[in-house]
Amino acid sequence: MNRGEVVSGVALAALGGYIVSEAARWEYLGPDGPGPGFFPLWYGAVMIVLSAVLVVQNFLAKATVAGRPVNWREVGRVLIVWAGFVVSVALLKVLGFILSFGLFVLFVVAGMYRRPLRVAISVAVGCAAGFYLVFPFALDVRLPIGVLGF
Amino acid sequence: MEIFSGLLHGFAVALTPANIMWCFVGCFLGTIVGILPGLGPPATIAMLLPLTFLMNPTSAVIMLAGIYYGAKYGGSTTSILLNVPGESASVVTCLDGYQMARNGRGGAALGIAAIASFVAGTFGVIMLMLVAPPLAKFALQFSSPEYFALMCMGLAMVVLLAGKSILKAFLAMLVGLWMAGMGTDLFTAQSRFTFGQADLLDGIAFVIVAIGVFAIGEVLGNMETREGVPMLPVPKGLRNLLPNMEELKACRFAFLNGSVIGFIIGILPGAGSTIASFISYGIEKAVSRRPEKFGTGVPEGVAAPEGANNAETGGALVPMLTLGIPGSGTTAILLAAFVLWGLKPGPLMIQENPELFWGLVASMYIGNVILLIMNIPLIPLFAQILKLPLYILYPIIFGIGMVGVYSVSDSLFDLSLLTFFGLLGYAMRKLDYPQAPLILGMVLGDAMERALRQSLMMSQGDLSILVSRPLSAGMLVITAVILIVPVFRRVNALRLKAID
Repeated sequence: MNRGEVVSGVALAALGGYIVSEAARWEYLGPDGPGPGFFPLWYGAVMIVLSAVLVVQNFLAKATVAGRPVNWREVGRVLIVWAGFVVSVALLKVLGFILSFGLFVLFVVAGMYRRPLRVAISVAVGCAAGFYLVFPFALDVRLPIGVLGF
Repeated sequence: MEIFSGLLHGFAVALTPANIMWCFVGCFLGTIVGILPGLGPPATIAMLLPLTFLMNPTSAVIMLAGIYYGAKYGGSTTSILLNVPGESASVVTCLDGYQMARNGRGGAALGIAAIASFVAGTFGVIMLMLVAPPLAKFALQFSSPEYFALMCMGLAMVVLLAGKSILKAFLAMLVGLWMAGMGTDLFTAQSRFTFGQADLLDGIAFVIVAIGVFAIGEVLGNMETREGVPMLPVPKGLRNLLPNMEELKACRFAFLNGSVIGFIIGILPGAGSTIASFISYGIEKAVSRRPEKFGTGVPEGVAAPEGANNAETGGALVPMLTLGIPGSGTTAILLAAFVLWGLKPGPLMIQENPELFWGLVASMYIGNVILLIMNIPLIPLFAQILKLPLYILYPIIFGIGMVGVYSVSDSLFDLSLLTFFGLLGYAMRKLDYPQAPLILGMVLGDAMERALRQSLMMSQGDLSILVSRPLSAGMLVITAVILIVPVFRRVNALRLKAID
């Protein structure tokens, strides 16, 4: 049994259930033809059926097929990077793009790739400055501005 | 005659200094993207898309198309020198390309890949030019039921061919349809699936999903480990990059095989360059006088898949430009780009925007020449890009993704959605859910629902309108066959297993 498939199948079945329950509240067929609930109701129902097939298929195959083992160390590493990305997006309103992105680069280089702090700071400053020069300065593309005005 | 005058007009458009520059920029970026493992054309086009809003649409499409086919030239470099495919379509090139490099013929392998790409890429453009106009004229007969049936057929093909599991591809496509349905219903103004968020009333911008799923998801996947891959030495000097006469002679049939297979597979929605390269390699091996040598470093084992990979581009643009139906993740993003520029790909595209269509075709001829010139002597230079440390490259991709999303809407909410879709893209990779059906479902979802509802309005709610018109009925029958045949095969396999 592939646990990833079972979990994703259950999640997709739940999503299908949500779609069907929402669509059921909207008009299905009106005097002018199909309403906003028509199409979602159908694809939501198909989603539930197919997710159920995915889950059942895995339970039936449990004796013969083993799922690919998950390397949780690798997944954990990715989740840490992703968490850093989420924090840098959350900080955009306060710190602005340049500072927030610079801190994210510092985190990736020093924390995830274990480069010396001196190298990490140089890369972070270089990337932040490069983005500023290319986007707002050269291409006139707006970037989020923080409380410090940049 | 019409095609000839159109092409002349196209060259007049493509040969303006600005468009030559954009074509060069596209080919240059495409080559770099192709060389860099883990950053494919869909991610790059999605990230650069917002920056093209201020450009003339013709120049913008010339540049983005340049990235698309340029990446295919560059994709072979890492396959040959690192045994790491820059994109999935270059996987087969590793088999003989890397072995050639290990045998000291890496330069010749790179040269053969570039020549095959040029021959097949040019063949693909010629066929695009010949096939697209008549197909567009034929599609003028289509009304809402035919469009609905056509989109069903396209999505079914994608579901069938996009991933290892049809079930997972189907589910990914359904999630794409759901995301396309978010926001305000166009017919009744009913808000749908907005979770009470005012920011979702306009729906989710396609760019956010494309950048999140393709670019951020891809980079997250590549960041699972810190280690890079050792590279074989890059041959120096033009003479070492050119194949000898014997090697070129061995590739004669492979150039033709790759060109034809690539173009035909390209037209089929969902099949894509990966399948084209595998089929072309398989055919080459099947007809070869020395099939046992395949995998040990034969030049035709490089020429066939690389040719197919490049000819596929011309094929893939045919349904996208003439029917408005993309067949892959990259063409789906290009289609979204057309819509964002206010253009409507479909049967009237060539009539209403001859400058854009013929300008694109002519630019592809020019682009293929640029790429050949750029790829043979400059490959050693481009290969230096592989020395760029990953700890610099990956944060830059995150940054470009953020800038790309923010420049579309000036919305921090959209950036938070980007983080979600990045994680979704990574989860899809880990769980083997193909990304192309999700993107295609999202691109086609709106148009598909509209076509279905318009069809039912025409028939006052009678679903038989979809099967009472010959064209739509035919396409729906094909859709049913596409989806049912694999189920029958599986049931039959289970039956035989039970009998045994």
